[in-house]
Amino acid sequence: MSVETTAVAKKSLFTPFNLIATVILIAGLVVTVMRFTGGLGAVTNLDQNNPWGIWIGFDLLCGVALAAGGYTTSAACYLFGLKKYHAGVRPAILTAFLGYALVVFALGYDVGRPWRLPYPIFVQQGTTSLLFEVGLCVMLYLTVLFIEFTPALFEWLGMRKIRNIVVKMTLALTILGVVLSTLHQSSLGALFTIAPSKLHPLWYSQYLPVFFFVSSICAGMSMVIFEGTLSHKPMHHLMDKEYLDNHDGLILGFGKAASLVLFGYFAIKLIGLAYDNNWHYLTTGFGAWYLVEMLGFVALPSFLYAVGVRDRNLTVIRWAAGLTVLGIVVNRFNISLVAFNYQLPAAQRYFPSWGEITISLFVVTLGVVVFRFISTRMPIFYEHPDYKGEH
Amino acid sequence: MLRRTFLGLLGAAGASAALVKPTQAGNKHFGPHPDTHGVLFDATRCIGCRQCEQACNEVNELPAPDKPLDDLTVLDTERRTDEKTYTVVNKYQTALGPVFRKMQCNHCLEPACASACFVRAFKKQPNGAVTYDASVCVGCRYCMVACPFSIPAYEYDEPLTPRVRKCTMCYPRLMEGKLPGCVERCPKEALVFGKRDELIRIARERIAQYPDKYVDHVYGEHEMGGTSWMYLSGVPFTEIGMREDLGTASAPELTAGPLAAVPMVVGLWPVLLGGIYAVSKRNAKVANDERVKAVKDALKRAGEEAEKKLHEELGKAEQASQRRIEVEVKKAVEEALAPKEEDAGSNEEES
Ligand code: SF4
Ligand code: SF4
Repeated sequence: MSVETTAVAKKSLFTPFNLIATVILIAGLVVTVMRFTGGLGAVTNLDQNNPWGIWIGFDLLCGVALAAGGYTTSAACYLFGLKKYHAGVRPAILTAFLGYALVVFALGYDVGRPWRLPYPIFVQQGTTSLLFEVGLCVMLYLTVLFIEFTPALFEWLGMRKIRNIVVKMTLALTILGVVLSTLHQSSLGALFTIAPSKLHPLWYSQYLPVFFFVSSICAGMSMVIFEGTLSHKPMHHLMDKEYLDNHDGLILGFGKAASLVLFGYFAIKLIGLAYDNNWHYLTTGFGAWYLVEMLGFVALPSFLYAVGVRDRNLTVIRWAAGLTVLGIVVNRFNISLVAFNYQLPAAQRYFPSWGEITISLFVVTLGVVVFRFISTRMPIFYEHPDYKGEH
Repeated sequence: MLRRTFLGLLGAAGASAALVKPTQAGNKHFGPHPDTHGVLFDATRCIGCRQCEQACNEVNELPAPDKPLDDLTVLDTERRTDEKTYTVVNKYQTALGPVFRKMQCNHCLEPACASACFVRAFKKQPNGAVTYDASVCVGCRYCMVACPFSIPAYEYDEPLTPRVRKCTMCYPRLMEGKLPGCVERCPKEALVFGKRDELIRIARERIAQYPDKYVDHVYGEHEMGGTSWMYLSGVPFTEIGMREDLGTASAPELTAGPLAAVPMVVGLWPVLLGGIYAVSKRNAKVANDERVKAVKDALKRAGEEAEKKLHEELGKAEQASQRRIEVEVKKAVEEALAPKEEDAGSNEEES
């Protein structure tokens, strides 16, 4: 098996993917040097009015939301007893683990003194801060995800005993994972509840934590579908019969659930709008953009998902998944960048610099490369022959 | 209390048992301390001389600005505080002619920055000042996101040791019994330092004495839960660049809801999820039992059939072998009796 894969890897060393990835990685390293020698000011467009840019808006907010596939899939499989999702658990856990690891990695660029990132937990705790909660939960959840991932690692290394011990803890880990995810997914939204005067009323709501949590479920399920589609072709030779047999069922199941949850999300967003009585803002420019987000990236994918599931049309479901993923990015960008500081004159608004975009691309590329490295070597898309049906 | 217990538990479960020190100050409130001091700024008295800016620059040993501090043309463009400037005076054109307004940290009673900081780098001091401790700051800049007055500034050009910078109300000078630099230097007494309740009284008196001169509002008395710096003005505050839509809820109040939800999630989720797990497991068990039973039944039926068949087969086989034996016997007998031709016929009839 491993001989075969290395042979494949050698043959295709100069694929377009590898070339582009290399260019991005080199550019990322250059910007890294600039960041840590010249400060944030040297590579970002951040300023005194706009302390958070796309490194928070994309790398952190989107990163965490899109890594929600980990807890949604494992909850569906182990807690809700939907065994057909079993084959999807490992890819989802691996993606989530890498996603969170990269979020932390990317934070190293954004915060002023990254080596102090453990301070809020180990040196002095600001428990009144929602950011404290985010930090604590992300740290704990990263640990949980790592443990959840280790069976694949131990199978690869042939360490049967410890692998079996970890597998026995699956249920406890899954519950812990859902608790921690609920908390930090929602507190990411709650971060913005402290700044009602800076966030446009259409996006500001006391319900922000609930919005973030519910949309993270949509994001998680859509990411699993989306990513399954992406890795289907390049990883096909690694996928075993269980994975392939269940793949379509998983897509249909998640598609159905995503349709419902998106619908629910649309409904609670409306409730939020009505609760704050913000209808009159809908006729403004921000209102138009808000409607685009709500109709184009929430209502439409919900509808598409429903149609796709009814017709058992996987293509439509995949489009819906892509649209939802994009919608999450739009939503997180709206809250952290577009609707944030809306009252500032246009000249003082933030737009990302090339350096910031490069680092974000760098982080994503790094994720894809590591994912490929691990999933072509470890039992992710297939069951390890020694442990077949042993879950 | 609940929340702290929870965090302690989480910490114990995760990484550190000493997560939250029990001696930690109240979780929700930062003040107000009974002795809170502050400054009252009166925009009707300010002449835009920038003396306060100069004093601030000197007593805080800040770097020299791009344009000299006595250059009044600076007032033509609106400015904000930054990492080299803790206070600025801006000029606003109003119906009453130009009005000047000084801006700096307002030293909120319940500071958004202090409530937002996840290492407690900001502290509301008993004398009213909100101070900052760079030795723990991580540089996440959430304090800047949180401050409703957009005051804290960041040293973006520091590669490794950036700090958040803002007015300290001259905390070190206060501790020596001196006045804040700007207050001391103001030639027009547009700035008054004192106990906060005292300042509110002074402000109210001025408004009562000159109702035509002042807008009937002490800015900062209630804004964002109240601030230590307060403002009087002759024109509506929005006209001198101050937002009047901030509301009276303090920052900790704004985030209290989400924070209170935490113990609920931790308490309820595992129970609910455990329940769901039990139900789905039970479902699976019922389904499984049914399957097992079905298989058993099928097996039983199959077994019975097989047995019947076996029986039949056995019977047939027995008959067959019986017949073979008989044939063999017959053959032997025939052979033995070959000579007796007459008997052969009767033998055949018998079988
Ligand atoms: S004005 Fe801003 S920086 Fe100053 S105490 Fe209030 S929240 Fe903190
Ligand atoms: S930048 Fe520093 S002071 Fe501001 S919230 Fe972050 S850690 Fe606290």
